[in-house]
Amino acid sequence: MIYLDLFLGFLKVGCFAFGGAYGAIPLIRDVVLSYGWLNDEMLTYMIAVSESTPGPIMVNLATYIGSSQAGFPGAVIATLAVVLPSFMIILLVTALLKTVLKNRYVQAVLRGLKPCVIGIVLATGIYMVFGNCFGAVAELSFHMQSVIITVVLAAAMIGYRHIAKKKLSPILLIVLSAVVGIAVYGV
Amino acid sequence: MNILLDLFLTFAKIGLFTFGGGYAMLSIIENNCVERKQWITHDEMMNITVIAESTPGPIAINCATFTGYKKAGFIGALAATLGIIVPSFVIIYLISIFLDNFLELTIIANAFKGIKIAVGLLILDAAFTMIGKMQKKRLPRTIMICSCLAMLCINIFAWNFSSISLMLIAAAVSLTVFILNGKPAPKGGAEK
Repeated sequence: MIYLDLFLGFLKVGCFAFGGAYGAIPLIRDVVLSYGWLNDEMLTYMIAVSESTPGPIMVNLATYIGSSQAGFPGAVIATLAVVLPSFMIILLVTALLKTVLKNRYVQAVLRGLKPCVIGIVLATGIYMVFGNCFGAVAELSFHMQSVIITVVLAAAMIGYRHIAKKKLSPILLIVLSAVVGIAVYGV
Repeated sequence: MNILLDLFLTFAKIGLFTFGGGYAMLSIIENNCVERKQWITHDEMMNITVIAESTPGPIAINCATFTGYKKAGFIGALAATLGIIVPSFVIIYLISIFLDNFLELTIIANAFKGIKIAVGLLILDAAFTMIGKMQKKRLPRTIMICSCLAMLCINIFAWNFSSISLMLIAAAVSLTVFILNGKPAPKGGAEK
């Protein structure tokens, strides 16, 4: 049943989404692709939309995927499911277990989780950038236009950081990428 | 004004005007809840940031739940959390209705082909930032590299192995190493 699947899928994401929105993206990809709710392409578009609209990215993704699979009730269920674990955990930690996070065994578990999340995010980033430029590993090809855009955007990010001494905002990068996309693919 | 309504509206405003996810929200939450409304103290805000980083879920949600609970108990936590969700829910729900039609326009489709590349780069960039902040020790580095390689294989060969299982293994490894290392080292002596 789709409502139950959405609830359980996003509950899982909510329980394991350490490290903010980018830590959650690989998990959401896992769940979404394994249920076949969206293809990789639509999911990537939606990450960009979530990034460019206000609010927590995880919540935005849950709302969109819920809505695309099961309309308004689906959107409500997926959104509540992704928020529920952190809501409950914060209540527990602040009301009852003030010292649980300082416990050294809990700390040891967290010390393992955090680098693992970083590794997963790194792998996802590499896989996506490589896939854009050269297609799937099984059928390698060379996408000239994608390579050009990748180089332009990477140069913009690195150049901006050197000149302005701060990061290019994600929204600006997305706007820039849209313009470059129209220019490169439209010609 | 009724405190519940105030909590809801304040967090709705925060949810509506912050782009770019959790960390961008922290300073706005600080500005509203600590400086203007004085619902929580600066120290409490620091504490909740640390807790948010050690618990799963969106950071903004963690802050909203905590602040709401401090001010008005469970109902307050509910009001603040709903406040932060409702604006983005409405916006995304509306977008979700129109996005498919929107993508049929060639110019939009081309724009999204470019955007797709930006998303990959953003994720890669986020990973590099996180690596920069990581503890420079052997165990976290090893876990990071092994997880990265495993995740790449999972993606490339379409292995049926979820990233959650990977995280559980990493947690187990870290805990085992901690227990095997025996006595807890005194402060500052834990480096290996």
